[in-house]
Amino acid sequence: MDDLLRQLVPQVLGVLVRRGADFAAAEDAVQDALIEALGRWPKLPAGQPDDPRAWLVTVAWRKLLDAHRSESARRRRELRELEQPFPGPTEQADDTLLLLFLCCHPSLSPASAVALTLRAVGGLTTRQIADAYLVPEATMAQRISRAKRTVSGQRLDQPGDLGAVLKVLYLIFNEGYSGDVDLAVEAIRLTGQLAAGTDEPEVAGLLALMLIHHARRGSRFAPDGSLVPLAEQDRTCWDTVAIAEGVTILQHALGRDRLGEYQAQAAIAALHADARTAEETDWPQVLEWYDELLRITDSPVVALNRAVALGEVDGPLAGLRVVERLPDDLPRRDAVLAHLHERAGNLAEAQRLYAVAARAARNAAERDHLTRQAARLHARASRPSAT
Amino acid sequence: MAKYLLLKHYRGGPERMPNCTAPMEEWTPEEISAHIGFMNHVADVLRERGEFVDAQALSPEGTFVRFDAEGKPPVTDGPFAETKDLIAGWMLIDVDSVERAHEAAAFLSSAPGPGGKPLQEWIEVRPFLEHAPAVTD
Repeated sequence: MDDLLRQLVPQVLGVLVRRGADFAAAEDAVQDALIEALGRWPKLPAGQPDDPRAWLVTVAWRKLLDAHRSESARRRRELRELEQPFPGPTEQADDTLLLLFLCCHPSLSPASAVALTLRAVGGLTTRQIADAYLVPEATMAQRISRAKRTVSGQRLDQPGDLGAVLKVLYLIFNEGYSGDVDLAVEAIRLTGQLAAGTDEPEVAGLLALMLIHHARRGSRFAPDGSLVPLAEQDRTCWDTVAIAEGVTILQHALGRDRLGEYQAQAAIAALHADARTAEETDWPQVLEWYDELLRITDSPVVALNRAVALGEVDGPLAGLRVVERLPDDLPRRDAVLAHLHERAGNLAEAQRLYAVAARAARNAAERDHLTRQAARLHARASRPSAT
Repeated sequence: MAKYLLLKHYRGGPERMPNCTAPMEEWTPEEISAHIGFMNHVADVLRERGEFVDAQALSPEGTFVRFDAEGKPPVTDGPFAETKDLIAGWMLIDVDSVERAHEAAAFLSSAPGPGGKPLQEWIEVRPFLEHAPAVTD
């Protein structure tokens, strides 16, 4: 029922907005209808009404009218429009896309865009979103209504910034899961929906990237919660079906010959996923894709990751020479330096840098992992006879 | 988006600001009310911006406690001397940037003290460690 409801939410919102309802008011009405459905559908004999979408449209419309009526009775004529035919499937896909453009509008802060997207397009309740981001429900409700006020002047009938939409979907994916909603799965679902309705290879590239990373999720943490680096992951745990799906989507996208950053990132992820052991990794090809990615993004973060690949292809000293030219305050720079110094045999320097990197880590799993790396080299240094 | 803890100390911080020297019990009742009213106002503003997570005040009565040995009672030390750096309370916020966290902390520090002038007390701002992102390699 949850899946069905979530799929219907943007469609119902689209119907309301097409009928001339104000976006912010319509979105509130759909949320109210959603909560009513969550309460009432389980009591129905079939677990849902005969026509769930019509049910939601009717209830949401009534909520909208109730809200209006408390202000005035001027919208009564709109009741008659309830009898109009529903839009066809093409229009539904268009509606979802237009809603995404609005919810991910560049005038919104990332956190506001994420919250609004999850509610208006993802069909989550405010409480579910609040739980996922570990803030009180009232705070999340405020964040969403502020976001709606920010975009209230925007029109809903023209294409927007697809790059901004992809950024927001990627942010949602990266949040993982902490409440009862798996945000990575939700991001994959929304990106899949978007990919079905657009012709843009970068959307397919992002979907492929998510699928391949998600396929490896189970092996990224040990049972005690500690981080397992890519080279040490148990590759037999990887979801080969999801990887194959991601690779197929990626190949189709690359065939369109309009390369972008998500396709390049997905290509790198696919090369890692393709290696049965860490030693079999095709590093020269990984490096080539990093060259492409760096050309597209010109980002120091990409340059840092590229240095790791360069270290595998041309040796750690080549990697070190590149990293040393990168800005000092780049996140994870010390961690990469430590890794390259260790490979170059400079163990004392590697140990020092792992400890520095641990203190600057932004998350607990990474901090603990880096602390263990420093401790491993420390133990080795204090017992020179051990290997 | 990241969470930051804004810590209010009874003592501590780089140096004592001039308007921060008189203990609260020496303020006028109106000054105390104005100060507490402002704290509530800060929480309301943060709530309205969709940034508020939690706010708590702590009793100054506290004790240090530690494990001693199996079967032994906990070892305690305290109550603390007045001069110890104690945490008076906190506000937990969820904001878009560290700059925004600093702005919120400065707003909190502008709370009125004696004479209605800003207290300018130091607020300690500490970022939460986040959970690991889904994509790292």
